[in-house]
Amino acid sequence: MELDAITLSRLQFALTVMFHYIFPPLSIGLGWIMVIMEGAYLKTGDKEYEAIARFWTSIFAVVFAMGVASGIVMEFQFGTNWATYSRFVGDVFGSALAAEGIFAFFLESGFLAILVFGWDRVGPKMHFFSTVMVALGALFSSIWIVVANSWQQTPAGFHLVDTGSGVRAEITDFWAVVFNPSSVHRLVHVWIGCGILGAFFVLSISSYYLLKQRHVTMAKKMFQVALSVGLVMSLIAPISGHFQARNVAATQPAKLAAFEGHFHTSEGGAPLYLWGWPSEKERKVYFGLAIPGLLSFLVHESFVKPVPGLDQFPEEDWPPVWLSFQTYHVMLALGVYFIGITGLSAFLWWRGKLFDTRWLLWVLVFSVPAPFIANEFGWAAAELGRQPWIVYNLLRTADAASPAVSAQQVLGSIIVFGIIYAVLFALWLYILDKKIKRGPEVFLAKDSTEAQSSSLLDVASALTRHEGASLTATNGNGNDNNN
Amino acid sequence: MGLNELWFALLGVLLTGYAILDGFDLGVGILHLVAREDKERRVMLNSIGPLWDGNEVWLVTFGGALFAAFPECYATTFSAFYTPFIILLFALIFRAVSLEFRSKIDSPTWRSLWDVAFWLSSAVATLLFGVAVGNAMLGLPIGADKEFQGTLLDLLRPYSLLVGLLTVSLFAMHGANYLLLKTDGALRDRIYMWAWHSFGVFLVLYVLTTIFTLVKIPHATANLNKYPVGWLIVVLNVLAITNIPRALFMHKPFYAFISSACTIAALNFLFGAALFPNLLVSSLNPEWNLTIYNAASSPKTLGIMAIIAALGMPFVLAYTSVVYWTFRGKVEIGKFGY
Repeated sequence: MELDAITLSRLQFALTVMFHYIFPPLSIGLGWIMVIMEGAYLKTGDKEYEAIARFWTSIFAVVFAMGVASGIVMEFQFGTNWATYSRFVGDVFGSALAAEGIFAFFLESGFLAILVFGWDRVGPKMHFFSTVMVALGALFSSIWIVVANSWQQTPAGFHLVDTGSGVRAEITDFWAVVFNPSSVHRLVHVWIGCGILGAFFVLSISSYYLLKQRHVTMAKKMFQVALSVGLVMSLIAPISGHFQARNVAATQPAKLAAFEGHFHTSEGGAPLYLWGWPSEKERKVYFGLAIPGLLSFLVHESFVKPVPGLDQFPEEDWPPVWLSFQTYHVMLALGVYFIGITGLSAFLWWRGKLFDTRWLLWVLVFSVPAPFIANEFGWAAAELGRQPWIVYNLLRTADAASPAVSAQQVLGSIIVFGIIYAVLFALWLYILDKKIKRGPEVFLAKDSTEAQSSSLLDVASALTRHEGASLTATNGNGNDNNN
Repeated sequence: MGLNELWFALLGVLLTGYAILDGFDLGVGILHLVAREDKERRVMLNSIGPLWDGNEVWLVTFGGALFAAFPECYATTFSAFYTPFIILLFALIFRAVSLEFRSKIDSPTWRSLWDVAFWLSSAVATLLFGVAVGNAMLGLPIGADKEFQGTLLDLLRPYSLLVGLLTVSLFAMHGANYLLLKTDGALRDRIYMWAWHSFGVFLVLYVLTTIFTLVKIPHATANLNKYPVGWLIVVLNVLAITNIPRALFMHKPFYAFISSACTIAALNFLFGAALFPNLLVSSLNPEWNLTIYNAASSPKTLGIMAIIAALGMPFVLAYTSVVYWTFRGKVEIGKFGY
């Protein structure tokens, strides 16, 4: 692989988008869990739910900030590194981006201010409204991004126009762009992925508290909300995945063939690999365990109908098979794991044994990277499987970069991005760790401190906390929801 | 007014909104080290805490709208400014995380490190915005294929650096006026001094930039000569600038803040008037200029986006007002000696 400007720009895009995508799905998933927690507080008046909501809001704030900081990079990068692509898609893609800015970002950022800083400046109902708006904003934002990306996978509602300096896609039907053949399937799957991620994140932290016997009643409340969300989402993920796979089979058959390492069009039914090691050169899958006919069944609902293999496509139109196969299969395997672990937890919960099953709680503590990987790899599979096209069947990735940008420039930026992101990620984990170790109890202590405070310092800190989340924590008394 | 002109105007509104709103919080960043002890610095940070993120969204939306309305201009500009824009991104990232991380850990070294990062990233981001505007005023070596043909050195010209410094002084002054509304006591006294300092620097650089522009960039005033009513904006600009020292002297910071906001708006207007109908002037051949016609999206897209903007803008203004109203008044951090 030669390190030219294209390869480097691809690497940089992969690096920056995968770093970015740590955060948005977490804020989408956490956002809805926060809505449930705060809704429970409004309904029951239970102060513990309020403390839980405040605790998660303070975590949400640092997740969101990282998402914003790494997200601006994505918007700039289309222009800096992929100028030819931007000229080609601008007319179609632009409407989605503009809609995202106007409908989603302003909504999110405006109400985020009240969500994080406004606990004592607005009433509980207005605050709850802000939480709902932030969660909605995050959803809106995902809609437009997935629509734009899906248009790249399955372009619709456009025609090609020669502008004199090059050919570009121009919109003919806005709604056909929005509801292009893959957008709804993919959006649903992305949302489910976000829900699983948010649920496992909360499960991990509340399991940790349960194991350490800290904040036990609150931890149980969080655990139950998260487990319900996690179980439902894990169960519907394969259903949505199935519809999506059928959609891929219909619209991007080469991608599906690469996912499955399906090199040769089968006479009868095509097998589904549980795992394997595909070799593009030798056109076969090593060490694979295949279930005969299952791929045919999933695509055609018949065990004997053939599925087109990669041999139906010229080799220059093949996606990178090994990477597509592995990222796709890791996502699938993790999906099975999510069902197993949430199913088992729910079963033990029903039998009343869950909170005594320490090994399972430990497994849940350390399961948190799994949904991150599943989300990242699912996207990686979707994007790799589209290659060598940047816009499917219309524009090749190799022709899409910026002519004015040299390989050295991209090499320079990729190195600095790498360093900065590594440092930021470490700092983010460190701060998250501090917040988690401190726990939700500090947000609960408010009333009792006010009632029993004897020293001036206690009064001061209680008042500070009361006066506003706009104060910054220094000594662990809980005002850390902000800068 | 056709759709192309409408979108040129709307981009101008977005850029002006961004410059006024993020202008004051970038300015707070530039003045950050004026605050000495930890408590004062937290007052500075908290004065913009709930607002900076929403302000930055104006930039994101400007970028998205530029991409959507004038994709050719977006592609050419962003790839031409590759290195400065990547540095700008690093600055914006560091700014966001220094705000977010600084006070999370109670260690003087940790905090001073992030204080410097916050100051530096705010100053660098502001400088680069100004440099970009200066370059757009001068024009760039754009070829017939709409691609940038120059190198990094073509972007670092005296005029663009001058506009960069002008922007730094302007935002610092604007930030100082904002902080006068938000702070109290000894910190406020020092900010008051710095409002004067930054105004002095701004005035000198403003005069220099004006002379340089009139002498070196003939196309900058062509539109004003064609439509003399535009000179009214120049007059308003000068009035707004002279009102700043008056308001400072009379200790009416709100008027000073409004005046610096008007100054920013007027300068943005003059920037747009200097460009129109070009978006990017080619220094190689005027026929290769990127204009609001040859760099635009199709009329259909511009029309769809106009509908999106018309639907969305009232909401944006509504919740921006709600947020600013909710967080009105002085920062209350000092009240409890914490």
